[in-house]
Amino acid sequence: MSIINNINKAFDHRIRLGIMSILMVNEYADFNMLKEMLGATDGNLASHTKALEKADYIKVEKQFIGRKPNTRYSTTKLGRAEFKKHIEALEKLINKQ
Amino acid sequence: MESKNYLQDINEIKNMMTKSSRFLSISGLSGTLAGIYALIGAYLGYQIIYKDNIVNFDGYRALVVSDQELLNIFIIAMSVFVLSVITGIAFSYSKAKKQNESMWDSTSKRLIINFMIPLAAGGIFILLLMEKNLYAFVAPLTLIFYGLACVNASKYTLGYIRYLGITVIILGLLATYFLGYGLFFWALGFGVCHIIYGTIMHFKYDRLN
Repeated sequence: MSIINNINKAFDHRIRLGIMSILMVNEYADFNMLKEMLGATDGNLASHTKALEKADYIKVEKQFIGRKPNTRYSTTKLGRAEFKKHIEALEKLINKQ
Repeated sequence: MESKNYLQDINEIKNMMTKSSRFLSISGLSGTLAGIYALIGAYLGYQIIYKDNIVNFDGYRALVVSDQELLNIFIIAMSVFVLSVITGIAFSYSKAKKQNESMWDSTSKRLIINFMIPLAAGGIFILLLMEKNLYAFVAPLTLIFYGLACVNASKYTLGYIRYLGITVIILGLLATYFLGYGLFFWALGFGVCHIIYGTIMHFKYDRLN
């Protein structure tokens, strides 16, 4: 049952899956881009990014573009490795059936 | 959880990865139209260049073109270019709207920047050649740089543009070898290739959505 162990609970939500997928193929993404892509509300997205940040799967950078505050996200090495494992586990589970 | 949900997860991952890194609202039909403009432009250019020039033993290589005629050709080429760009933007805009995507986001910006780098470098290079009265290489080089721009941009949009780019680069190199037949290679590269690839892309991508 080792495959089940690789299913990562931290990714077990549509929005979190989406955040990780976007960050895997983009160097970084800002809050608004994630919001637009995932069709999530501010509060909803913020809680999910916070959870991923806490697990040390994504990095948050706050900066200013001109006068506007801008929050951008990128994956950590750990996040990339864990997400890859998660995808592999999903694929194995699908192939088994 | 059932396997159906896992499958859904994988699809969602794939979908998000593509959607967030590539601008997919580019329209095949606008490519076909750009090809038609190019053919019309090439025909008008042919009328200007070969009106007074009798094809002799040198074939098409020895040409006498006045400054005024050169300017006209330049204007035709620019008109074709501008018209193609406007068509491309308009069609992509309507396609994006239909798919509920935004036209101006990080993916389209990235696409344009990466398309423009080889194109601008080539454009400046060609203008500098013209300034030095070296006209022979203008047609081959526009093809080569345009092809490179397409190959470079293909990573950020529908991958098919890569093949268009490679075809146009090969035509550009052939045009360098068969110097003097630039207009025909132009018609082939910007006209026929755009029509063929635009139509393929239209049937492959536009209609699915």
